[in-house]
This record gives sequence, C-alpha cells and structure tokens, in this order.
Amino acid sequence: MQRFAFSITVLIWAAVYAGLKLLVSPPVPTSVVTMYMVLTVIGTLIFVAANEARFAHFVAPIRSVFTGEAPRAVQVVVLVAIPAAVAWVTYQRVVPSADAPFEARVVHPEPPASFPLHGKRMEVAGLANPLRSTGPELRKRIAEGKTVYFRNCFFCHGDTLAGDGHFAGAFLPIPGNFRDVGTISMLQESYVFWRVATGGRGLPKGATPWNSAMPVWQNFLTEDEMWKVILYIYDASGSTPRTWDEAVSHAKH
Amino acid sequence: MPQAKTAGADAALVDALKGTWKGILKISVLLVATYLAAQGLASVLNPADYRALPVLGNRTAVWIVAELHLMFAAFVLGVPIFAFITEIVGVVTKERRYDDLAREFTKLLAMAYTLTAALGCLLLVLLLVLYPKFTGYLSKLFKPTWALYVALIFTEVLFAYLYWFTWDILQGARKRWHLLLGALVNIVGTALLFVADIWVTFMMSPAGLDEMGNLTSLWAAINNHTWMPINVHRLLANVAFGGAIVAAYAAVRFLAATSAEERARFDWMGYVGSFIAIAAFIPLPFAGYWLGREIYQFSEQMGVSMMGGGFSWLWILQAMLIGSLFFGANFYLWLGMGRIPGAERYVRFQGPMMLVLTLGFIVWATPRSIIATGAEMTAMGGSHHPFLGLFGVMAAKNTAVNLMILTTFLAFMLYRRANRVPVVPWAATAKAVQAAAIAVAGAVVLYYGVYSYYVPSNVRIGFSVYQVLAVLAAMTVFVAIDIPMLRGAREIGAIRWGDIPARAQYGLFFLAIAFTWLMGLMGYIRSGIRQYWHVYGRVMDESAHAYTMTHGHATLIVSFIVLVFFALVAMVFWMAARHGSARAGA
Repeated sequence: MQRFAFSITVLIWAAVYAGLKLLVSPPVPTSVVTMYMVLTVIGTLIFVAANEARFAHFVAPIRSVFTGEAPRAVQVVVLVAIPAAVAWVTYQRVVPSADAPFEARVVHPEPPASFPLHGKRMEVAGLANPLRSTGPELRKRIAEGKTVYFRNCFFCHGDTLAGDGHFAGAFLPIPGNFRDVGTISMLQESYVFWRVATGGRGLPKGATPWNSAMPVWQNFLTEDEMWKVILYIYDASGSTPRTWDEAVSHAKH
Repeated sequence: MPQAKTAGADAALVDALKGTWKGILKISVLLVATYLAAQGLASVLNPADYRALPVLGNRTAVWIVAELHLMFAAFVLGVPIFAFITEIVGVVTKERRYDDLAREFTKLLAMAYTLTAALGCLLLVLLLVLYPKFTGYLSKLFKPTWALYVALIFTEVLFAYLYWFTWDILQGARKRWHLLLGALVNIVGTALLFVADIWVTFMMSPAGLDEMGNLTSLWAAINNHTWMPINVHRLLANVAFGGAIVAAYAAVRFLAATSAEERARFDWMGYVGSFIAIAAFIPLPFAGYWLGREIYQFSEQMGVSMMGGGFSWLWILQAMLIGSLFFGANFYLWLGMGRIPGAERYVRFQGPMMLVLTLGFIVWATPRSIIATGAEMTAMGGSHHPFLGLFGVMAAKNTAVNLMILTTFLAFMLYRRANRVPVVPWAATAKAVQAAAIAVAGAVVLYYGVYSYYVPSNVRIGFSVYQVLAVLAAMTVFVAIDIPMLRGAREIGAIRWGDIPARAQYGLFFLAIAFTWLMGLMGYIRSGIRQYWHVYGRVMDESAHAYTMTHGHATLIVSFIVLVFFALVAMVFWMAARHGSARAGA
C-alpha cells in the first residue's frame, strides 16, 4: 500500500470532494467545502509525512516530475495543469456575479440587559415565564397560546413550527424552525420573549436587524399573549426551554 | 582535605545567598521605582477618570502589556512546574540527564522573572495613569489581596532564586531539601496566580456586592463564579505552555546542532517538553468547558455573547488552533516512533487514528451559522445547513473533542510501549482490558453525543459530564494497567535519540506558537465579553475605547503580541546561552 501513497492520497482528496459536492443535499456551501477540503488535505499530508517510508513513496512521483525523471507527457500535463488550476480559481473569484455577498450573520446574538416593553423596561436577568406552571391551567394557557400562534405566527413559521409557513419562501433568511435542536430548545424563555417582543428591529447590529422580517410583536400582542405563545411553541415542538440550576446559579450572588 | 571541602561548600552557600539577595534587591528596586513613578505621575497629571495615551490608545497599550505580562507569568510559573516534575523523574529514575534538563531550564528563570516583573510594573503604572478611577476602585475593594500579592512576590523570588543557586549544593543526600524548595516555588507561584485571578475574575463575574456596589463579603468577591475554573484552567495551561516552550527551544537547538550527541540530547529534551505539554493539554478542554459553563451560569447574556454572539466567530479560529494542536501532537509522536525499534508494530493504527482526528477536527470546526452566498442560503433555507448544522452545536463538538483526546492519549500510550514487550503472564488479558476500556469510552462518548439531540438542553449539558468521565475513566484504567504490565518489560532495542526528521522539530515549534496564539486569542475573548464594562454589570467603562473592535483588528493585535513574546523569549534564551558559554569559557 505504501508504494501507492501518492495515488491513494490524491484519490482520497478526489473522493471527499466528490462526496461533498454530489452526496449532500442541499448543496454544501463553498466556504464549508473549502474548509473541509483544507482539513482533509492537511490530515492526509500529516498522515503521509508521519512515517519516513510512506513519505518517501509519496514524494517520489512529485520529485520525478520536477527532476525530469517522469515521462515527458506527465511533466507537460502537470506543468500545464498547475497554472491552469490557479487561473481557474482566480477566474472564479473575479468573474462578476449578481449573487449577494457572503454574510457573517449572528443567529443567536446576545440579549440586552434590559429592553422596552409597553412603556416600561424589562430586565432580562432573572426574567421567567410567569405563566409556566405544572397545574391543569397550563394546558389551558397552551391552548390559548395556540390560538395566538395560528392568528399571528403560523403564516411564517408554519403549522408544524418548522419555519415553512406560506410566506416563508419570501424571506431571506427564512423564519426560524422551532423543531431544529439549535433554536428554541437551546434558549431560555426570557431570550425567546425578548426576540418575540422586540422582533427583528430589536436585534443588535451584529445580527443585522435590517435583515429580519420578524415584527415587533409587543405592538400587536399583550405581555400575557406573548408568554402564552411561547408556552405553545415549546409544547408543540416537543422541546423544553433551557434552564439553569437556579440553586447553583444564584448561590454566589 | 575535609577542611577544603567544607570551605568550598561554605563558599558555594555564600554565593547562593548573595545571588538570592541580588534577586530580591532587583525586584525591590523595580517595585519601588513603580511606586515612585505612579506617585510622581499622579501628582503631575490633572485629576481625571480616564487619561488618553497618544498613538496606541489606552486599551491597546494595556492589552499588549497585560498579555505579555501574562505570557511571561505563565512562563515563569510553567517552567518551575516543568523543572520540578523533571527533577522528581530524575530522582525516581536515578538518571542524571533529567536533573541536568531541570537545571538548564531553571537557569532561564532569573532573566524571565525580571522581564515578568518589569512588564507587571509597567502594567500597573499604565492602569494607575490611564484608568485612575477604576484602578482606585479595584485597589480599595481588594486591599488585603494586594498586600498578600506583594508578600507572595517576594516569597516566590526568594524560593526561586534559592532553588536555582542551591542546585549544586543540595545534591546527593541533600536532594530532598532541593525538592522541597522546588515544591515551595510552585506552591507560592500557584498562590500568586490564584491571587491575580481574583481581580480578573471579579471583573468578569462580580459577587459579594450589595445593590449599591458596596462590598458585603470579601470572600464572596474572591470566590466568584469564574475564579476557580480560571485558576484550574490557567494552571494546566501554564504547564502545557511551559512544556511547549521547552520543546520549541529544544527544536531550535536540534536544528542548529552540529554533532550527533547534541542532536540526541536536544531530541530527547524536545520529547520530554512535548510530553509534559501534551499531558497537560489533554485535560485542558475539560477545564475550559467548566469555565464556559460557569460563565453561562453567571450570566446567560455573557455566555451567549461569547459562544453565539459577536465573539462566536473567534471560536472558529480557536477550533482551528486546538485541532491543529491535536494534529501536531500526533504528527510528532508518530514521527518519533520512527526512532524506536519495535514501533513498526503500531504503524497500522495510524490510518484509523488519523481518520478519527480529521473527522473530529471537521466536526469541531464546523460553524453553526455557515458563511454562504444568497443562492446557497436559499438552497439551505437559511444560514443553517439541515445536515451539517448538526455538527455546529455543542453536542457534536463535545463528542468530537473527546474522541480526539482519546485518540491522542492512545498515540501517547503506543509511543510509550513502542520498544517494550511485557513479560508478565497476564499481559494478553491486560491488553484486552485496555482495548475494551478505550472502546467502551469511545462508545459512551458517541452514544451520549447522538442521544444529546433527543433531549432538552439542560439534560444535554449533563451528558457532557458523562462523556468526560468515560474518557477519564478509560485513561485511568489504561495507565493503571500499563504501569505494572510494563514493569521489567523486555526491551526490543534502545531508542535512537537524534534519529528523527527535521520536520518533527518544526512540529514542536508549531505547537509552541499555536499554544501562545491560543492564549492570546482566548485571553481577548475572556476579557472582550465584558464589552463596555470594567466590572460586568457593575462598573461601566465610560472611556472612548469601550467598544468591541473588529475581529480582524483584534487578531492582528494578538498576532503582534505573539511575535513580541517570541522575540523576547528568544532574547532570554540567547542571553542564557551566552551567559552559559561565557561561564564555560571562564
């Protein structure tokens, strides 16, 4: 096997690239393909270089091309292929495109210490859902939250809360998918309340507030309605809000 | 003759005391000069809450000096730990070369202490002059700790200089006294670190204050949320850092070596340095995770800001560096196995291990929010890829890093036994148990990694503890079996020290640079997440520099600090080498 170190390495690179391009759907963004390929190349090169015999076999064909020992045809192909590849990458980078540029959007920005709500200020620290209880009234509140959801949120976030409502396709970025483990299940209810109450306009600069269609719901809903709809989205998506061990969290304050 | 011997010993003792006295005098002069400079500037300058430093600006100047001070402090705390461990190994194994190695590095301390103290004094002057109000507030709050800190500095200097100057006197039967001095240097050094961490962590996660900001409990302010996690994290990082710097020094000397003996010596030194660095590096992610958890416990806002908000992109850089450290460590170990007769038995494991490391690195570095063009975002339905997005959350990262740790540990263990064949009758059973321990730990890590996606986040966080415990348990079982199993093992052949490719030395150099850059980067994140607060949520930073700079700008400053640090370290090494050759010449 060591004798074919160079060929196997190149085959691995080609296979990983083809796999990323052809087997994953939706297509993997170029930035990720580039990162994965760089790591694959580094990983394989480290593996090759970590053993003298393997390294010697790997370097031999490269050396033969540049010392003139390889067949003339191989030398010509390599010496044409390298500048051609560089030219192609350069062309791809400079060719005009109507596509929007890269966007380093912060999806879960930090909440502020406090935010305005119906003319008063809400402190985020220690904010908890006042309607969350364990009694039978919880089911009633969740049902009321469901009504609020389907009257207001359903059009964008969808009937299954997967961010695929009727209007979803018109927005970029699309509405949040509450069934995704990386959305509301990672967040405290206070965080979700802040996002619902202040909408896209309440986002800090790093999260590009101009690039969110989320309305400022405190302009349309009461405080109780917002807490109820939060109860509903956690219940309907089968997730629970992030909580902390309160005893530990506040013991030192 | 006995009289001459006694006279020689007395002269050596006098020299040792003189050297120690000079060291204490040097530190005293520095501290007095700092006090006078601060007092002088305070009386000359107009009273103000903040003052502006031209060109660099307040924050950048304090940042550069503070980070350099911290790096040198890590060096002068890490190297004695390294030296102490090496000295103990020398006593246990009765191999003189360990004692020589420990001695060689302790020699560097005198110069490094001076630089650390000078940078610390400069930092203090900068803080007093540029941030007088805030520095005054902090000094008043922690007055007793300042006195303790100064007392600890003098005690540390006293023990450290004695440790160095009595090296030749306290040999043989007196060696235990020298070891005691080494232990004291490290105990006092650790205490110094813990005291300095009080102020830093209080600024991050203040406690012990009432609503008006008055101190209600000094102990609560000291024992705040992040104090102990940072203490442990920094202590481990210092050991890793000290080992990495030693290994880099050895690498440079190896590359410049002109004889086979020199190459063998510095190859061995590089191995010992990297061994200690990587051994301390392996538990470091666990300590880091604890710190992150405490930050979230203290303030979700700060936690989100660090991991999900504006600073989250810097974690991609951190992931790249940590992954590179795993790559670098394994690369060095595998190349090192080339000089060990019998290691060829384990070459076949390198392929699967590299696969785990590369896949782990890929998962570890996958961002949650992917950089994508408009068309790519439309195809994905947002900035989260429905499949790759699974790698972007902590459940996947914890799984990846635990498997990478397990793999690197295994590489270490294979390296350790490469030229030995156990002769105990129960060796086959023992090896099977070791393999099972690794396999079970890997399975537990994977199981909880996958199961994490099906449970709420508060339960998920608990799973990371099981993953860590599984890995630690496997390591403990493995080592507990390995030690008795390899006792009296048959040696296949002697290690051919010096017979290692030059690229392995570049690997060691890379480890040191990556460690240093990581320290700078993580230091910036830790401090930067306070954003516009001096003391988070309590004392606001109202200076002109209370904004969060762009990541590009910040990383350039970190890079500059790393360059300056290595230039200064090179100077320390050069002066120590010059001093050594001058003494040899004399």
